[in-house]
Amino acid sequence: MAQQPNSPAVLYIDLHLVHEVTSPQAFTGLRQRGLRVRRPDKTVATMDHSIPTTPLSVPIADAQAAAQLQMLADNTKEFGIALYGMDSPMRGIVHVIGPELGLTQPGMTIVCGDSHTSTHGAFGALAFGIGTSEVEHVLASQCLLQTRPKTFAVRVEGRLGAGVSAKDIILALIARIGIGGGGGHVFEYSGSAIRSLTMEERMTICNMSIEGGARAGMIAPDDVTFEYLAGRQHAPQGAAWERALQRWRALPSDAAAQFDKSITIAADELEPMVTYGTNPGMGVPVTSRIPDPAQISNAAARASMEQALEYMGLQPGQALLGQPIDVVFVGSCTNGRISDLRLAAQVMRGRRVAGGVRMLVVPGSQEVKRQAEQEGLDRIFRESGAEWREAGCSMCIAMNGDQLRPGQRAVSTSNRNFEGRQGKGGRTFLASPLTAAASAVSGHIADVRTLL
Amino acid sequence: MAQFTTLTSRVIPLLRTNIDTDQIIPARYLKVTDKAGLGDALFADWRYNADGSPNPDFVLNQPQHRGAQILLAGDNFGCGSSREHAPWALTAWGIRAVITTDVADIFRSNALKNGLLPIVVSGAAHAKLLEFVEELPQCELQIDLATQQMTLPDGSLVPFPIDDFSKTCLLQGVDQLGYILNYSERITAYEATLAG
Repeated sequence: MAQQPNSPAVLYIDLHLVHEVTSPQAFTGLRQRGLRVRRPDKTVATMDHSIPTTPLSVPIADAQAAAQLQMLADNTKEFGIALYGMDSPMRGIVHVIGPELGLTQPGMTIVCGDSHTSTHGAFGALAFGIGTSEVEHVLASQCLLQTRPKTFAVRVEGRLGAGVSAKDIILALIARIGIGGGGGHVFEYSGSAIRSLTMEERMTICNMSIEGGARAGMIAPDDVTFEYLAGRQHAPQGAAWERALQRWRALPSDAAAQFDKSITIAADELEPMVTYGTNPGMGVPVTSRIPDPAQISNAAARASMEQALEYMGLQPGQALLGQPIDVVFVGSCTNGRISDLRLAAQVMRGRRVAGGVRMLVVPGSQEVKRQAEQEGLDRIFRESGAEWREAGCSMCIAMNGDQLRPGQRAVSTSNRNFEGRQGKGGRTFLASPLTAAASAVSGHIADVRTLL
Repeated sequence: MAQFTTLTSRVIPLLRTNIDTDQIIPARYLKVTDKAGLGDALFADWRYNADGSPNPDFVLNQPQHRGAQILLAGDNFGCGSSREHAPWALTAWGIRAVITTDVADIFRSNALKNGLLPIVVSGAAHAKLLEFVEELPQCELQIDLATQQMTLPDGSLVPFPIDDFSKTCLLQGVDQLGYILNYSERITAYEATLAG
């Protein structure tokens, strides 16, 4: 919108998404300064991080979480912001409901006090996570100070094999470039493999851009995007839709666009990916053995891998296949959409969760939950012995009581395997919904391709 | 915002690479509705044993580091979650500068809004600093933001980069929201041009 020399640009924000965890201090700041929310009509709130996934008819046991949720209800009421709250049928994880409601649209600038805001880049929006100070800035001014990021082209060409999915593409990318590899950059994903993905699959990929160090990841909008958006509650209608389409069709990068960095990934060569360590870059094909830190020449990287293996209770050279597990989590803003649940259910159908394994299936939104129930997916999960829950972030961030116990191992469709992320002392193996379901019925890390 | 001009302090070495914000402050401490009081939660999973007692092996618990205000950290510090609780917890404990070879984008942005200076240096400079800290744990490092230089105990200087805008904001304690609100008229004019 404006920029002075040697200063960051003042960037106008088209959509600001808000949740209970990173907003209370921002609203307090507004109140202290006597400011209002500049554009409540461009601000949308939901409850997802600390909300229980057990039926919400009973009072929330965690008093601190309950107070935080109540504060969001009070703040949104005071400042006139739409809230998809506790009793809303459209409540869900902020990055699931934005697209679902048609709020997320191509060409927008979208922010939220959550690093997985990169999800919305799947629509050709510039979307990134911000801190609470910036949440306050956007509430008060609808603007943010930003410096122009560098660009990083991620081309994925070819066709994915059976049992290999969008999650495996993004885990493979991060394994190649490392979790800091995209620092200072925005990814643009392109190539025939990306074009052939559904919107939900594209969201899975953009969602984890931040795990590769990039604040944002984008995919040029195309007919797949427009088809997804058509008719959604907040998408333009009638003549406005036609005008929007014209604008959106002009958004993709020029064929000759230059990027600061680039990488090409051959989709045909990808296998189902699993992480073995304590950051999302420590991923390998499921058929691999645990890498040996002794093979790494860089001392810091070697020490980091040694610490990771010690935390995970793994030895170099061990096969990943067959590693025993305690918990399987299917859900999150990465893989909690209807297509993710369909994939997991396809593997679970007619099978049982292995003895000694607990499986949690947590829909990304109440709308996803309803859709899954209409399709009978909940029955497949329940009959197999899995728990079927209400929508929320749940065990991805372990703030709401859904968590691992110390030492437990989980195969998780979420986005972070950091130490303690799913509960203090918990050990996370990140994987796709297909791999998670295959592991649940096997009782250990499994290759879904043997079950298809 | 707290100003940052100069700082002279001992240095705490915490050399793990990729220290993510879940380590800086685990998610279970994010159910608060205030910024204050998060110092006890800083690095909680590394800092405390299962019974809640301090882990004597963790650097922050070691007596020689008490009161130190500079953290010397491994590469890609602050990756992961956007939680601003990370700089709130660091500054509440007393940390005012983090020196590393790379810092994650969102953490950098959050740190700069809380008077916490992220300093990115070369691998060689980082190694030299570490050598001093290991040999002379009590030695003090001087940071001068205006000249963008650190003075090592032997008098040698290590320059560090920072963009002009962030530097000015830190030196003067500029409130960025105030800066943005000066654009209110321009914002209104821009909003009038938006497609309906």
